[in-house]
Amino acid sequence: MIYREAGQFKTSYVTDAQIFPIAQDRIGIALMLLVAFVVIPRTATPYFFSAIMTPFLIYALATIGLNILTGYAGQLSLGTAAFMAVGAFASYNFMARIDGMPVLLAFILGGICAALVGIVFGLPSLRIRGFYLAASTLATQFFVVWCLTKVPWFTNNSASGVITAQQIEILGYRFDTPQSKYLLVLVIVTVMALMAKNLVRSTTGRAWMAIRDMDVAAEVIGFRIVHTKLTAFAISSFYCGVAGALYAYCYLGTVEPEAYNLDVSFRILFMVLIGGVGSILGSFLGAGFIVLIPIALSYLVHFTGLSNSVTSNLELMVFGALIIFFLIVEPHGLARLWQIGKEKLRLWPFPH
Amino acid sequence: MSTARRIGDVILKVDHISLSFGGVKALTDISFDVREHEIRAIIGPNGAGKSSMLNVINGVYTPQQGSITFRGRERRDMDTYEAAAHGIARTFQNIALFSGMSVLDNIMTGRNLKIKSNFLEQAIWFGRARREEIENRRVVEEIIDFLQLQHVRKTPVARLPYGIKKRVELARALAAEPSMLLLDEPMAGMNVEEKQDMCRFVLDTNDQFGTTIVLIEHDMGVVMDISDRVVVLDYGKKIGDGTPEQVRSDPEVIKAYLGAH
Repeated sequence: MIYREAGQFKTSYVTDAQIFPIAQDRIGIALMLLVAFVVIPRTATPYFFSAIMTPFLIYALATIGLNILTGYAGQLSLGTAAFMAVGAFASYNFMARIDGMPVLLAFILGGICAALVGIVFGLPSLRIRGFYLAASTLATQFFVVWCLTKVPWFTNNSASGVITAQQIEILGYRFDTPQSKYLLVLVIVTVMALMAKNLVRSTTGRAWMAIRDMDVAAEVIGFRIVHTKLTAFAISSFYCGVAGALYAYCYLGTVEPEAYNLDVSFRILFMVLIGGVGSILGSFLGAGFIVLIPIALSYLVHFTGLSNSVTSNLELMVFGALIIFFLIVEPHGLARLWQIGKEKLRLWPFPH
Repeated sequence: MSTARRIGDVILKVDHISLSFGGVKALTDISFDVREHEIRAIIGPNGAGKSSMLNVINGVYTPQQGSITFRGRERRDMDTYEAAAHGIARTFQNIALFSGMSVLDNIMTGRNLKIKSNFLEQAIWFGRARREEIENRRVVEEIIDFLQLQHVRKTPVARLPYGIKKRVELARALAAEPSMLLLDEPMAGMNVEEKQDMCRFVLDTNDQFGTTIVLIEHDMGVVMDISDRVVVLDYGKKIGDGTPEQVRSDPEVIKAYLGAH
């Protein structure tokens, strides 16, 4: 089908302000949701769920979180994994210490704890920006992981620091197969992604972009800088916190501080950069890309007969090269390439 | 609407304002007033302190001395948020648009103080949040009509030519429905035709909405034509104040700025 909006006349502001104003986009989204909710659960193998789809969706959620902060509000952060860890450990503690705590509520409360921590560590952003802010969020990363390792209360006094995550049970249904965990993650990520999309196209999102692009003008118009920046930190950390809880409960099966190290923060930053800074769609593209690359590379290595130790090094080299490539050639990432493609398609096959 | 163009009482009064950055004196003991519905120009050579004066009026800079009385309330210095909330809007000398957003979104940011829904309501796009978005969109579309920006409504502002950007900035300021509009060189760098358009928009704004306008401009033809009263600054001091005719014949102003004609 040809991608163009010709003939789609908007006759009211309501229709023009739809979340997906172009009919083809609506069909595309509906098809993708159909595949994700119906086709994949019926056809995929457990490996596909647990090694590809579930981590992809969880990373996408964390990437949305970082994108809200870095892409929309313009505040650079290297502490993403720390906020994820807060979400995971808070959820764990809510479930371990309160009898009959519903899982979903524990995830939400975990996210709220992450948001509170985000507000505290977002305070430096009121005074510093850019690289200096990145350095202060780096402190968040080390502080939180250190804190979770050193204070036994957070890990419920477990000797090894590695805790087996509790069973997920919602309304009597046990989520114990890879497929059921995938569906749980899918529902949460879909809802939260749509909410993020709504946020960035309303006043909250405009406020974020305004302070990102020109903070003096934003202030003169009446946006309150402190409020806007801290809201960005809070909501971003909430997303990361929920992603962190899902990471522990639906992907790893364990809750441990080491799963949220600096590598994870960087990995998510790469997803933002490759996917598209300031784009919700880009968050999914970036996450998918980076989750798939190691798998594709391991197949490649397997077929060419190289030793397995090459794979991990090759992965780092390819990542590095890609980051440099995107920063130079297309700083707005895959999402911009998709947008350019769409603009070309609108005119095709008559470009003049 | 046409009754708006009647000059009223003093709406803004600045008294003995002094502002310095370290050892540099930007403004020294400046006092003047602005009456409701009038077009008040501030002129002077480069570095005279004109932009600093606007920055003091809407609270970007805090003066060391003096007071500002806006709508009967005297204060030591203005707070930017308070200035916006009380209906002072402005444009900047160097275009200060949000370059990553479309024209429509840029103008919508001007409506932010009218939007009361919180982020949770906006996240689910329901009830008040949705209604406010649609209502404010309607107001923004009227401004788009007024400033003839229909054709670039959804274009990212970074792609627009200079003259249109200036107009979008005016649109963003007007979206707040301000009672007072501070324009910092709205016609700088424009060709004659663009200047004529901009003049017309400024006069129409003043005429239709009754907006009080404080304007910095270097084009003397424009200033003398459209303003009701003119303040002249030089090296941070006020050297002239009055109607365009009075200012034009003031020997000190001629010496400092206008030159002999």
